[in-house]
Amino acid sequence: MSNSSDWWYDEAAGPMVRPYAMVSGRTRPKPAGEDLTLTTQVRALRTTTDQAALSVEHLEIIKLCRKPLSVAEVAAYLHAPLVVVKVLLSDLIQRGDVITSGPATTVAPVDMNLLQKVLDGVRAI
Amino acid sequence: MVSVQSDRPGSGQGKEELLVPSSVKIVVAGGFGVGKTTMVGAVSEITPLRTEELLTEAGEEIDDLYGVEGKTTTTVALDFGRITINPELVLYLFGTPGQDRFWFLWDELAIGSIGAVVLVDTRRLDAGFGAIDFFERRGIPFVVAVNCFQGSHSYTAEEMRVALDVSESVPLLLCDARDRESCKKVLVSVIEHAMNRLDVMA
Repeated sequence: MSNSSDWWYDEAAGPMVRPYAMVSGRTRPKPAGEDLTLTTQVRALRTTTDQAALSVEHLEIIKLCRKPLSVAEVAAYLHAPLVVVKVLLSDLIQRGDVITSGPATTVAPVDMNLLQKVLDGVRAI
Repeated sequence: MVSVQSDRPGSGQGKEELLVPSSVKIVVAGGFGVGKTTMVGAVSEITPLRTEELLTEAGEEIDDLYGVEGKTTTTVALDFGRITINPELVLYLFGTPGQDRFWFLWDELAIGSIGAVVLVDTRRLDAGFGAIDFFERRGIPFVVAVNCFQGSHSYTAEEMRVALDVSESVPLLLCDARDRESCKKVLVSVIEHAMNRLDVMA
């Protein structure tokens, strides 16, 4: 910080709490969360696990995911970057607090029935 | 972290099986300011949401202290919407980041998608070429939708096809990104195009 013109103010300085502070500096999800993509669906289970070990953000995710939501939606509602949300989710998956829609499909849908359902659904909106 | 406030999912619900739906996605691509988010918003059941991907320059495992000396992270905003097809299936519509330097993120968005809409603006045709190339090279089914802003209705679909050098095998339609019915037609054409291609391959 030698040059005072390098200081950032307001929005340029970023959020008051740096994003990675929410996840103790971790930038990679645990293995349980490695397959999470933008559209992976997450749903909270009614668990009896000890919640004392969870952060406010973890608890917020559990609350949001009482109805299934995608990783992208969780990130948007939580106002947190995707990578941070993936780390938080990986904690919850490992603990068994949330379940996901299974391994993400990395190939395009090739199921005619599925596409027909999507087509009917879009036409119906 | 700017995000549009939207109806948050409610918490109260009756006893039901813990079903986790599957999801599919369609990508809405195109140049900056062409109307991607407008199109997503026209058909989405929620106000388009914004999520941010944080890109760390070096991709280190741990944030190191040098980070405070110079800004090493960039955020890329992704706007998206949702259409619940049924309790077991949700369709997401993702707008691609407009800036060219985020091309690499398009891959993540495009992988596993049903297909894509390349939205073009008649006033800036060149902004559509990159997107068309992208999906052509990857063999991802796409349609070209020409967003007819007011005062730019003077072209026909055929003129646009020639100007954009889009082959006959790619559906091209004129649309109004603000209009729900018009955007529905565009989505229908993407899905039908994907189904036709599947049919040909089978």
